[in-house]
Amino acid sequence: MSSSDAREDLRREVRRFLERRSTEADVRRLMADPEGYDREVWTVMAGQLGLQGMALPEAHGGAGFGYEELCVVFEEMGRALLPSPFLATIALAANVLLESGDPAACERYLPAIASGELVATLALGEEEGGWDDTAVRMRAEPDGTGWTLTGVKRFVPAAHVANLLLVVAHTADGLSLFAVEPPAEGCTVEVELTLDLTRPLSLVTLDRAPAVLVGRSGQAWDGVRRALRFAAVALAAEQVGGAQRVLEMTVDYAKVRHQFGRPIGSFQAVKHKLADMLVAIESARSAAQDAARAVAQGDPEVELAASVAKAVCSDTFTRAAATAIQLHGGIGFTWEHPAQLYFKRARSSEFLLGTPGHHRDLVGRSIGV
Amino acid sequence: MADTDLVIGRVEELLRDHPPATTARRDFLGAQFEAGLAWVHFPEGLGGLGVAPQLQREVVLRLAEAGAPDGAGTNRLGYAMGAPTVVAWGDRAQQERYLRPLFVGDERWCQLFSEPGAGSDLAGLTTRAVRDGDDWIVNGQKVWSSMATISDIGMLIVRTDPDLPKHQGLTYFLLDMRAPGVEVRPLRQMTGEAEFNEVYLTDVRVPDPARIGAPGAGWKVAMTTLMEERVLFNRERDEKGPTDIALELYRRRERDAGQRTRMIELWIRGRVQRLNTVRAAANRTDGIPGPEGSIGKLVYAELNQDALELCLDLLGDESLLYDSYEPVAYTEESLRRSGEADLRRRFLRSRAQTIEGGTSEIMRTILADRVLGLPPEPRGDKHLPFSQIPRG
Repeated sequence: MSSSDAREDLRREVRRFLERRSTEADVRRLMADPEGYDREVWTVMAGQLGLQGMALPEAHGGAGFGYEELCVVFEEMGRALLPSPFLATIALAANVLLESGDPAACERYLPAIASGELVATLALGEEEGGWDDTAVRMRAEPDGTGWTLTGVKRFVPAAHVANLLLVVAHTADGLSLFAVEPPAEGCTVEVELTLDLTRPLSLVTLDRAPAVLVGRSGQAWDGVRRALRFAAVALAAEQVGGAQRVLEMTVDYAKVRHQFGRPIGSFQAVKHKLADMLVAIESARSAAQDAARAVAQGDPEVELAASVAKAVCSDTFTRAAATAIQLHGGIGFTWEHPAQLYFKRARSSEFLLGTPGHHRDLVGRSIGV
Repeated sequence: MADTDLVIGRVEELLRDHPPATTARRDFLGAQFEAGLAWVHFPEGLGGLGVAPQLQREVVLRLAEAGAPDGAGTNRLGYAMGAPTVVAWGDRAQQERYLRPLFVGDERWCQLFSEPGAGSDLAGLTTRAVRDGDDWIVNGQKVWSSMATISDIGMLIVRTDPDLPKHQGLTYFLLDMRAPGVEVRPLRQMTGEAEFNEVYLTDVRVPDPARIGAPGAGWKVAMTTLMEERVLFNRERDEKGPTDIALELYRRRERDAGQRTRMIELWIRGRVQRLNTVRAAANRTDGIPGPEGSIGKLVYAELNQDALELCLDLLGDESLLYDSYEPVAYTEESLRRSGEADLRRRFLRSRAQTIEGGTSEIMRTILADRVLGLPPEPRGDKHLPFSQIPRG
């Protein structure tokens, strides 16, 4: 069987599962749930479907599949708008660990991530947000054989349900990575009210919280930066899935909604908006798939491919979701209609892991512009 | 894998038995045709090997590397649009008659589709063909025919039955451009040159064996030609694209922050467009491209226009000038060099890209109707006999 056939089988399997277990009613129930995700679904994902461990190395309890397969899973999750700490745990935390150059930390945490026992996340930005090294002011203080952390981290996805926070902070040597294991002394997590209720973000306050250094002091940024790019590739795939779903939803509606005695989809003004949406989504899909390939193959231009994908897929999803609301008319603006859920997810995903403007700037630097 | 080995083996054999350095162009192309390496996805005996179209890339790359002549370059329309149409719709005798001369360069092809009154509404064409014994007599006018002055065969679509609805009364012929009554007049365009032509057809006699497909089947046959045309417009070219040129200019000249933003955005669009092309080619399983080919055509045309606008902005005041408005007719030489034209000329030329081969508006409608399956716009002309449709 060719790898593309295998990927389509995987896509079908994940889609079938999510169509049953992440319906719109499920999504709305979890938006009001304090944990914000379904533990039973999480367990099935890790056990029966093996999604958490899918792309992790076999040495750490994973199945050793490639990043392209993992991105198929993210695309389907985006389509279903699945509320889940999967992005935080797999795209962020697991990649940060793998890029940390700390085999002991990988050994300690990755098997638990693969089995679904451990939810983890990355805590990077502070009061002012941001997704690069300039976002970090927090300083780590040596404390006997270990360290303590004091300060505030914001916009941390899934922190309220995580038992591992990977926190970026300065030491005298430079940017470093630390593990904090909530519930821990001096660590409080408050969920903020988010624009996108399907992806809770938290404010994490650390007050002399005990922390363990991951990797070498002052050597963290290269690995964290690469992990952020790999996570952006996963998020880009998620964005493509969401955009594809809103296109389908809007096309279906344009076929049945009648005004002036004909389906609105027969008006050229509507057709051309939807055609533009199709073109943009196909282009976004090309960019996302290329970036996933680049991660899988260890392409030296992987960070460039990731930034292209994040910029293009962010814009595409937001525009697609906005167009979906417009073409649905009044009904698309209501709380009951799912268009708003996708619009909020799109707008938030634009900011997470760096805005399209930030990634365009990175592209410019990398091509000497 | 076996097919790849077959193709690579054939290429090596061809190069060994007919070294490009010592073989005449026409002889080499003839041998390439016999070897099934002209269009690898065509049937055996017709210039192909019956394998996946993606494998043509192996042939093109290896032959270019070995310095072999390029059969496609100066006969693009015949190579990319004419040949697939003949394979899809011609009978065996026609396939044997037309494909080899096309490939070896004995016969160059042009397209006789658009008319002054039938642009986007191609099926509204009025050039008539009337049966006369074993021949057809053709009268009418075609326009926007590039290379018509130097072509031997014209892909011609005409109306053979005006009492049928518009799409049903059309028939497709391969016209001998040297036949009496065919008059080609160069049409000067805004760049100053005459790349296109008007073709006047007055009592032109066309033998029935030059008909491709049944009488009345012309629309379907023409669709094959048009689908291939849309892919052709988006094909990877050897020459430097306007995005690459803009990047070179950007690095050389003074620029402002606004231009930086535009440059990065264009570079990203250029990269994504190339990725789209690669993905579309990989997904193309059978010979004939589907309506999704309109995506590439649409994206490529708009990207080129925007890239050339930025190029001129980066040129600065030099863009107030022009290289030459001397009317130049299209020749084989100018065709070969079209990729090197002056940027200001290419900037003007790019305005045609969202019109030729189907306007961007028509592309969007095709995507909406044929790919997304939206209901068609209600129209008054589709089911009426053509002769009863109001015109003017």
